[in-house]
Amino acid sequence: MKTLLKISLIGFLILLSFFTQAQITADQVLDKVKDNMNANSTITESKMVIRGKRNTREIVSKGYAEGNEKSFTEYLSPEREKGTKMLKLEDKLWIYNPSTDRTIQLSGHMLRQSVMGSDLSYEDMMEDRELKEIYEATIIGEEKIGDRTCYVLELNAIVEDVSYQTRKTWVDTERFVPLKEDLFAKSGQLLKRIRLEDVKEIDGRWYPTKINYKDMLMSGEGTDFIVLDIQFNPEIPDYIFNKASLKR
Amino acid sequence: MKLAFQLAYKNLVGAGLRSWLNVGILAFTFIVIIFFNAYLDGWNLQAQRESIKWEYGHGQLRHQDYDPLDPFSINEAHGKLNTPLSENLTAVLIQQASLYPEGRMVSILMKGIDSDQKILELPTEAFAKSDANIPALIGKRMASSNKLEVGDQLLLRWRDKNGTFDATEITIIEIFETDVTSVDAGQIWIPIERLWNMTGLKGEATYFIASEKYSHSPVDKWYYKSQAELLKQLQEIIEMKSASSSILYFLLLGIALLAIFDTQVLSIFRRQKEIGTYIALGMTRWQVVQLFTVEGSMYSILASIVGTIIGIPIFWYFSTYGIGMPDYVTQQDMGVTIAQRIYPAFTIGLIMGTIALVVLSATIVSFIPSRNIAKMDPVDALKGKVQ
Repeated sequence: MKTLLKISLIGFLILLSFFTQAQITADQVLDKVKDNMNANSTITESKMVIRGKRNTREIVSKGYAEGNEKSFTEYLSPEREKGTKMLKLEDKLWIYNPSTDRTIQLSGHMLRQSVMGSDLSYEDMMEDRELKEIYEATIIGEEKIGDRTCYVLELNAIVEDVSYQTRKTWVDTERFVPLKEDLFAKSGQLLKRIRLEDVKEIDGRWYPTKINYKDMLMSGEGTDFIVLDIQFNPEIPDYIFNKASLKR
Repeated sequence: MKLAFQLAYKNLVGAGLRSWLNVGILAFTFIVIIFFNAYLDGWNLQAQRESIKWEYGHGQLRHQDYDPLDPFSINEAHGKLNTPLSENLTAVLIQQASLYPEGRMVSILMKGIDSDQKILELPTEAFAKSDANIPALIGKRMASSNKLEVGDQLLLRWRDKNGTFDATEITIIEIFETDVTSVDAGQIWIPIERLWNMTGLKGEATYFIASEKYSHSPVDKWYYKSQAELLKQLQEIIEMKSASSSILYFLLLGIALLAIFDTQVLSIFRRQKEIGTYIALGMTRWQVVQLFTVEGSMYSILASIVGTIIGIPIFWYFSTYGIGMPDYVTQQDMGVTIAQRIYPAFTIGLIMGTIALVVLSATIVSFIPSRNIAKMDPVDALKGKVQ
C-alpha cells in the first residue's frame, strides 16, 4: 500500500512538474532569459573574430555597461584599433579615433555600417528596448540543440520601428539561456542567425561565452564574439559613461 | 611692308635648317595646343549631351534635404509634392539597399522611376514588358563589376520607411549602356510603384526630372536646379582640367618662343653690317626693326601653314574615329562623365585663336631683341663693330 502511495505521489509530482512547465508562457521565458543574461552592470573583456575573404582579424576590447542604455567600449588590440573608444548613451553613439584624435557622433545611416568590418552593425548594438516591449512572443514548440532541450519562441513585432519583423529564438528549457536566434525580414527571408555556445556558469548564472553572428545572405562563417572575462554587477564609476572619457 | 615680308621670307628660306627647326617646333606646339583644346571641348560637349539625355533632363526639382554629394542625406530626403504632379516632371525615389550577388554584399542605391517616362534615355519601357516580381535595369558598369547578366535573379535587402528589414529577389531584365556613370555604377533602377510598395513611401520622390516644357515656380520644401546649373559643375571640372593641361602647352610654346628669341639675338648680332647697309640705303631704324620683327613672326606664319598641312589629316582621323579611353577611367564613377571614345571638337574658332596666339607671341619675342637695332650707331654697324 505504502509503495503504491509512493508511486502515486511520484507520478503526481512528475505530472505536476510537467504541467507547470507546460504552463510557462513565452513572456515568462523572456523574463527568465532577461534575469539570466542581464545585470545592472557588467565589465566584459572580449574578443571579436572577424573572418574576411583573405584573412581573419581578432579584436580584443574591454566593455563597461550599465543596464541597456549606457555602455563604453575600449579596443585593446590589434595595434591598428588600439585606443579606439565607443560610448553609447541611450540612442546616441560616439566613436573616438586616436589616430585623428577626433570624436564623431554616429547618427542616421552611419549606424547601419558594419562594426570594424564584422557582420554586426552599430545599430545592432543600439537596440536597448526590451524584447517584450516590441515583440509578441509565443512558444511554438520544443527542439533540441546539441544535447540541450529548448523552447522555440516566435516573436512578432508589435511596433513599427523594429529592424526585424520576426525573430525565432531557441531558449534552453533548464538554464534559460538562448542558444540560437534567427532574424527574419518582413518577407519571411532569413537574414541573420546568432548562435550562442560554450554556456558556462558564472556567478550563479548560466552565460554563453561564444556568440556567432552570421549574415545569412552572405557566404562565410560570420563573426565570433568570445567573452574572455565577465563581471556581473560591479561598481562602475560615473565618469566612464561620459564623453570626456573617450579622450582619456 | 611688302618689302619687309619679301626680305623676311628670303632671309628665312636662306637660313635653311635653322629656320625649319624653329618652324618645326612651333608647328608641333601649334598642333598640340589645338589637339588638347579640341579634346577637352569634345569631352565637354559629349559629357553635356549624355548627362542631359541620361541624368539631368531639362532640370531637376529636388527635395530640400537631398544633396547628391552627401550619401547620408539620401535615405531621409524624400517627400510628396504639394502641388498636383505636372506631366512635365518624372519622379525618382532613391533608397539605400544591399544586393547579394554570389554571397557578397554590395551596397547600392535603388532608384524608382516611372516606367512611362520619356525624358531620360533609360530603357524604362522594358518594365512593362517584364513579368518579374521586381524587374530591374542596371548599367553596363554595374553589370561588369558584379558579373551580372540579363535574366539573373539575386537577393535584395532594404529597409522600409520604419527601418524594418525586408528582402526579396529581383530580376535583371536589361543592361543599358551609357557614358554617365552616375546613373550606372552601384545602382539599380526599378519601377517607382514597386519601390513605393516596398518602402511604404507611396507617392514620394527624392527629385523630379523636368522635361523641356516644364516651367518652374517655387515650391515649398523643394529647390530647383536648372539644366545650366546642373551642367555647371561638369564645366567647372573640365575647365580645371583645361587649366592644368595648359601648363603643358605653354611650356612647349615657351620652348619654341625661346628658340625664336635666340635666333633673333644671334641674327641681329651676326647681321650688323646688313643692318648698317639698310640704314645707309635710306631705311629708318624703325623700318629695320620692323623688318627683323616680321622675319621673326614669319616663323609662326610658316609654322601655322606647316601645322595645318600636318595637322589636318591627324585632326580628321581623331575627329572621325575618336580617342579610346581606358576602362579604369570609364568604368568607375569618377564624378564626371567620360565617354568610352572621345571625339575631339576642332572648331574654326579654336584653330584661328591658336594661330593668333602663336603669331602674336612669336611677333612679341621677335620684337624684343630687334628693339636694340634702334639704339645702334649706323656707322659702327656698317663697319661691323660689335655694339
